[in-house]
Amino acid sequence: MSGLDLSQFYETFFDEADELLAQMEQLLLELDAGQPDIEQLNAIFRAAHSIKGGAATFGCFTLLAETTHLLENLLDAIRRGEMALRTDMIDIFLETKDVLKSQLDAYRASEEPDAAAYERICEVLRQLALEQNGGQAAVAAAAPVAPSPAPVQAPAATAPAPAAAAAPMDANLPLRVRISRVSAKDAQSLLEEMGNLGQVLASDQLGGGLTVWLESTCSADDIEAVCCFIVDSDQISIGREAVPGEAHAVDDFAQAAAEFVAQAQAAPMSAPVAEAPVAAAAPAHEPAALAAAQSATTAEGGAPRAQRAAGGAPAADKESTSIRVGVEKVDQIINLVGELVITQAMLAQTASTLDPVLHDRLLNGMEQLERNARDLQEAVMSVRMMPMDYVFSRFPRLVRDLAGKMGKQIELQTYGRATELDKSLIERIIDPLTHLVRNSLDHGIETPEKRVAAGKDPVGQLVLSAQHSGGNIVIEVSDDGGGLNRERILKKAMQQGIAVSENSSDDEVWQLIFAPGFSTAEQITDISGRGVGMDVVRRNIQNMGGHVQLSSVPGNGTTTRIVLPLTLAILDGMSVRVGAETFILPLNHVTESLQPTNDQIYSVAGNERVMHVRGEYLPLVEMHRVFSVSGAQDDPTQAIAVIMQAEDKRFALLVDHLVGQHQVVVKNLESNYRKVPGVSAATILGDGSVALIIDVFAMARANREKWTPAEAVLN
Amino acid sequence: MTATILVADDSATMRMIVQATLTGAGWKVLAAGNGKDALTLAMEQAEPVDLVVSDWNMPVMGGLDLIRGLRQVERYEEVPVLVLTTEDDVESKTAARDLGVCGWLQKPVDPDLLIEMASELVGQPGEPSH
Repeated sequence: MSGLDLSQFYETFFDEADELLAQMEQLLLELDAGQPDIEQLNAIFRAAHSIKGGAATFGCFTLLAETTHLLENLLDAIRRGEMALRTDMIDIFLETKDVLKSQLDAYRASEEPDAAAYERICEVLRQLALEQNGGQAAVAAAAPVAPSPAPVQAPAATAPAPAAAAAPMDANLPLRVRISRVSAKDAQSLLEEMGNLGQVLASDQLGGGLTVWLESTCSADDIEAVCCFIVDSDQISIGREAVPGEAHAVDDFAQAAAEFVAQAQAAPMSAPVAEAPVAAAAPAHEPAALAAAQSATTAEGGAPRAQRAAGGAPAADKESTSIRVGVEKVDQIINLVGELVITQAMLAQTASTLDPVLHDRLLNGMEQLERNARDLQEAVMSVRMMPMDYVFSRFPRLVRDLAGKMGKQIELQTYGRATELDKSLIERIIDPLTHLVRNSLDHGIETPEKRVAAGKDPVGQLVLSAQHSGGNIVIEVSDDGGGLNRERILKKAMQQGIAVSENSSDDEVWQLIFAPGFSTAEQITDISGRGVGMDVVRRNIQNMGGHVQLSSVPGNGTTTRIVLPLTLAILDGMSVRVGAETFILPLNHVTESLQPTNDQIYSVAGNERVMHVRGEYLPLVEMHRVFSVSGAQDDPTQAIAVIMQAEDKRFALLVDHLVGQHQVVVKNLESNYRKVPGVSAATILGDGSVALIIDVFAMARANREKWTPAEAVLN
Repeated sequence: MTATILVADDSATMRMIVQATLTGAGWKVLAAGNGKDALTLAMEQAEPVDLVVSDWNMPVMGGLDLIRGLRQVERYEEVPVLVLTTEDDVESKTAARDLGVCGWLQKPVDPDLLIEMASELVGQPGEPSH
């Protein structure tokens, strides 16, 4: 025994099968039932094939192997042109994919998959296969031309079609295959192989040899090809002969042997390789002869082999050189690089006190170290980046299913699939985005009848896009549906006791949608409209450090825009000083900073103060009060007001000094210490001290919901 | 010198299993995800590989074209090839036979059989290869 423990490969198999299933789904959705692309069919088949191969190898994923096996057979028949593809088959295949996915998930969780689902889908697939067999028999009876032979591309002059010339004379007689010097075990395998090729009429094993009489459409060459993997070809002799005991026995061995030789000679052992790098090195072969060789094998088999031999088309080229690494390993590297950057900053700070003339070389080295550290950091961060395609690729299926369910016609377009986003964010964006897409499908895009009545194309457009903008990624979901209904939103808000005014701006009205429990859906469907959506969407996005914007034009549709930071691991920060403490403000929220004058500061109710900046009254949030920092500047006119933008809210944050801008490595405070109100995370500064990163959204609320000082105390 | 075996399979799972089987038996193994990569890998070797174990149906370039490509290069004209696949059709086997393929192994792979066949072709690991 080789003693190989296969269980160590389970994880690889699960991951790979997951990927293959996703790929299969995507290909199925792209497939045009009327005119399926052969390369796509091949790729789908190959995906099923690989999953089955893997599942069968492990021997313990029986249901998965069996289901894929049935699917694979059907796909094979389709790609070979033996079965016509229909739209309902694509639906069945998609359903099968879902069952396979749940089976896979079950195996991954060391559970047994749902047997009922397995039985059901297998029954459907078997039914489809039966249908095909029945249909094929009917076709064969009606018209014998159904599988047209592959075109022979070689000029007739250079290729005197060997297959046709060598037509056996006594084709009515069964083939007689005689194999000498064969062990009992090999004889058994040979008999099995022959059984696959046709009907074994009789066989005998005498004197260490095996003779088989076979009724088959295969040529002698084919039979030899199969047998020669078990025995040497010189042990085999093939002819045509009646089964012993039957009346007419004409030994046409000589004839068959001649045919055999003719065929063998007609097929040279080399053929062109599509894009092989050896092409240049290899001696130039006669192209006509090569084509003849190919067409000979092709014509022989009678199946459309040419397409398969043609090999790589770009559609099938999904294979890339990559390695699979656990996220925790990448995170560890990122963390270490973060430490390295901090160490580098510490060294730089120490080195800056040195005499530049005396320590010229050291300082040059420090500069280089800084560059290297920065490049390394960027390179490592890019490892965590994943294309938005990971998210977008799940929507064609969702849209197709939902549109079908709701009787709507919807065309989905996606842009910016290659736009990259941090892995941790990309996984968390899926749910909110799914919700938005469902909303657009359900409430946004109207039924074809309504659309036609409104003078629009019956097919609704849903556009998903992603693009980089500064240090952010902007993801948009936009539809060309009816748009948000201002009156209905206002009415609903009033019913729910939300204070609104008829004169509110559109933007203010749209914001109501984000209120907890808000829904204007006329009827609650199982898709959306339960009012537990948009508030959750917004909260999720905010937790990711982003924000949501809505714009809508009645009759023309709605666009929801999600703005997210590219990564959570590194932050562009502005460091500010309050008393003896340093805080980091996320730079993308900082709009400007200025020193307030006395006439800009107004006191309102109690301790509240506002600042008047260019016609706008902004709440003034005093950092030293929020965090109870002693020794800070108390007089606003001696301090600095940093104007912060938190989504739609602006406020002025009062700090002592601005220190500078830099990239900081974000360290989770909760996992290292505990959650601190008003603080989103922490970082380590160049001098080794800890600085807190301000939670801008919490700050925006700070002047309303006062924290007790004990809660916000620093230590 | 230990023989070097080139493995081509588009399924990462199969590739790892075959690789682990052969490496475990003591051979040196190179692996590629399709015929084209395998061919490139074969060309890049200073010492030619001693055995090729290839899948048949692979994206970009399948086993058939891989073997054809190998046969066009002098030092790989005679290299033994084992096909390891789930395919079982006569045409493929005929084509493989015509290209001098030494064995057609059916997936799921039996590690012991694979080792046995490889040993027949390149000798036991550690033995001088031919």
